[in-house]
Amino acid sequence: MGLESALGEGYLTTKVDSVVNWARANAAWPMPMGLACCAIEMMAFAGPKYDAARFGSEVMRFSPRQSDVMIVAGWCTYKMSHAIRRIWDQMPDPKWCIAMGACASTGGMHRCYGVVQGVDNFLPVDVYISGCPPRPDAVLHALMKIQDKIKTEHSVMLDT
Amino acid sequence: MKLSDIQSKVHSTFFKEHQRKLYQSLEDKHTTIEQLDDGDPLNSKMILNMGPQHPATHGVIRLVLQLHGETIEKVKLDIGYLHRGVEKIAENKTYQEFMPYTDRMDYLSPYSNNVALCTAVEKIADVEVPERAHYIRMIGCELARISSHLLWLGTMVMDAGAVSFFIWTFKEREKIYDIMDRLAGHRFTVSHARIGGVANDITDEAMGAIKEFTQMFPKELKDYHKLLDRNRLFFDRNEAVGVLKTKDALNIGAKGPVLRAAGYAYDVRKFAPYARYDEVEFGIPTRLEGDNLARYFVRMEEMSESIRIIRQCIDKLPKGLVRTDNAKQAYPSKDEVYYSMEGMIHDFMMTDTGICPPEGAESYHAVEAPKGELGYFIQSDGTGHPWRMKINAPSFANLQVLENILDGEMVADTVVIIGGLDPVMGEADK
Amino acid sequence: MALELNESLQKTIDGLSDQFTEKLIEVYQSTGDTFVRIEAEALVEVCTYLKNEHHFVYLTDIIGTDRYTSDERFEVIYNLICLKNQTRLFLKVRCDEESPVLTTVSTVWKSANWMEREVYDMFGVRFNDHPDLRRIFLPEDFDYFPLRKEFPLLGIQGSIELPNTTPDTE
Repeated sequence: MGLESALGEGYLTTKVDSVVNWARANAAWPMPMGLACCAIEMMAFAGPKYDAARFGSEVMRFSPRQSDVMIVAGWCTYKMSHAIRRIWDQMPDPKWCIAMGACASTGGMHRCYGVVQGVDNFLPVDVYISGCPPRPDAVLHALMKIQDKIKTEHSVMLDT
Repeated sequence: MKLSDIQSKVHSTFFKEHQRKLYQSLEDKHTTIEQLDDGDPLNSKMILNMGPQHPATHGVIRLVLQLHGETIEKVKLDIGYLHRGVEKIAENKTYQEFMPYTDRMDYLSPYSNNVALCTAVEKIADVEVPERAHYIRMIGCELARISSHLLWLGTMVMDAGAVSFFIWTFKEREKIYDIMDRLAGHRFTVSHARIGGVANDITDEAMGAIKEFTQMFPKELKDYHKLLDRNRLFFDRNEAVGVLKTKDALNIGAKGPVLRAAGYAYDVRKFAPYARYDEVEFGIPTRLEGDNLARYFVRMEEMSESIRIIRQCIDKLPKGLVRTDNAKQAYPSKDEVYYSMEGMIHDFMMTDTGICPPEGAESYHAVEAPKGELGYFIQSDGTGHPWRMKINAPSFANLQVLENILDGEMVADTVVIIGGLDPVMGEADK
Repeated sequence: MALELNESLQKTIDGLSDQFTEKLIEVYQSTGDTFVRIEAEALVEVCTYLKNEHHFVYLTDIIGTDRYTSDERFEVIYNLICLKNQTRLFLKVRCDEESPVLTTVSTVWKSANWMEREVYDMFGVRFNDHPDLRRIFLPEDFDYFPLRKEFPLLGIQGSIELPNTTPDTE
């Protein structure tokens, strides 16, 4: 309705890249790798007050085959790292990764033998969120940064 | 089912020794009652791995189930996917520096963990805590109990199928987060309790928010009761599911609401009262059946008892300091730190060296966390760092119960039983 | 030594010193908690006696410690509760560094199963006749015992593997 009144009787020309990336960015289904306390803030981020669904992350798909963004929330131990890597490998391209919280980004306050000092030791991370735990607003900000990244980085037509 | 069958089909690419021993122990479980039937024409026996990443397990826990059709024959748990070595970290930090680590253990109710560490250190170092601090700690602990039980309720009912219930309970939890924000400065992992008292006083705004919450919450609780208490679907999913018999409960080592739902009225707040719990009146809900439905009723009643305790604490709250005045044992107030030389030096010494309990002292103190008895055993060597700090985590014991009660259940009930036991992996894996 | 015990604990200590006089090494109190140290060989006997005669039916925790002394390095502490008389008692045994072996009490209380696995995982203390003695927190491929005092906080490089980062692995 609104689009027709803005354009009148005409049509819209744009690039294929813009349309495809706009559609991709506004439908980024997250796969929550909720490990520890950040998972609770991630649940609040999907909850009623800080609604993630209005940004397009309508469902939290727990199956890696059906998701686009993996949110690693919580400290990753050496024992768990293999499971996370396996799940990352199962996700189909294009995929992005958010390291939520201090523990996923750098190991956080847990500087000891059991914790991997940063998930980027074995995963290619796109956005790091600081905070322990970060407020759900911060996770929304990170999601918006991922949306910007989706819209500007890759091209569908050019094979880059 | 022979091990050679499993080994030929499973190609583990990492931790080969670990997987081999896990499947071997699964095969060795209950070998005396297993019948060797070579003929399994329908191939109905299988080994199912509910892996560490699973939508319905609360946190990262791995269950290896041996199934016969839909029935679980035996189960082995594999935990440790969240093991940090928090006890090793504790040996290198002062007691007050360790406070944020306690928040991250049972991360559903951070306030009770803080109070647990504080009371344990106060016991070993003989620190006197002012009255007002005791009541503020009680209010915080009971709010944390309500918050933890609300999350349990939301996720258990969501696992049983009613997804919108999760949104309702999170709406209430956001109100508690707002109260914690005003009280302690952080929504979630507050480190509000300090050794010798609490960090800061309750402002009038926070008190108003708490009073409003105690008015509004019982109505919401009545709504939840109206939905679930006589719901045919909820009963069918939870009655006689995951039964823990009364005669087994103490032997297996259940804790908290799981033990109370199996018939034993054991609550640390009545067994060894701390922080003025002997001056407020409250009851201990208990049930005899030991199934999931009993645990549901116990936790719902605990929430109304918590509201009762908070109301009494608000009435009885005395005026006074919120932290003890002794400079060797507790942080001085910020006014003193900024405006006097002694205050600044005391602040520096408390951060650098910390409180030093007597050498060779050992003590144990437990609080009633929402999950059960959370205890800290501290051995001191006279310095500001503990020699050994052992954390007695209730979820660890409740997961052991899980290994024992899942044999014989249907595989579809696994999710509801895990929800009913309410384990938190940050605590169980330390 | 002057102990201030309530009635039922006094009865328990008297019963223990009557039945197990040679095996009981010391009884002391620290900050209000009562600790009883016994010989390692008498562990299962004493536990069975405490459970049957004095109603200590609930084992809440098994704590391992590293005393870092040259003899009797490891100490294992059992946290027992008697619900009937509302009392708590701590039982201590020591074992040495060369062969840290104790007998399991999972025949007396089933809850000892996982707790002893934790002590094995963190300190290396083995328990005879344990139904399932494996590591509980760390994977079996790990060769060290983390809570011993000589193990560094940051761990040992290469002692536990990380996954491969190239995407075309299995």
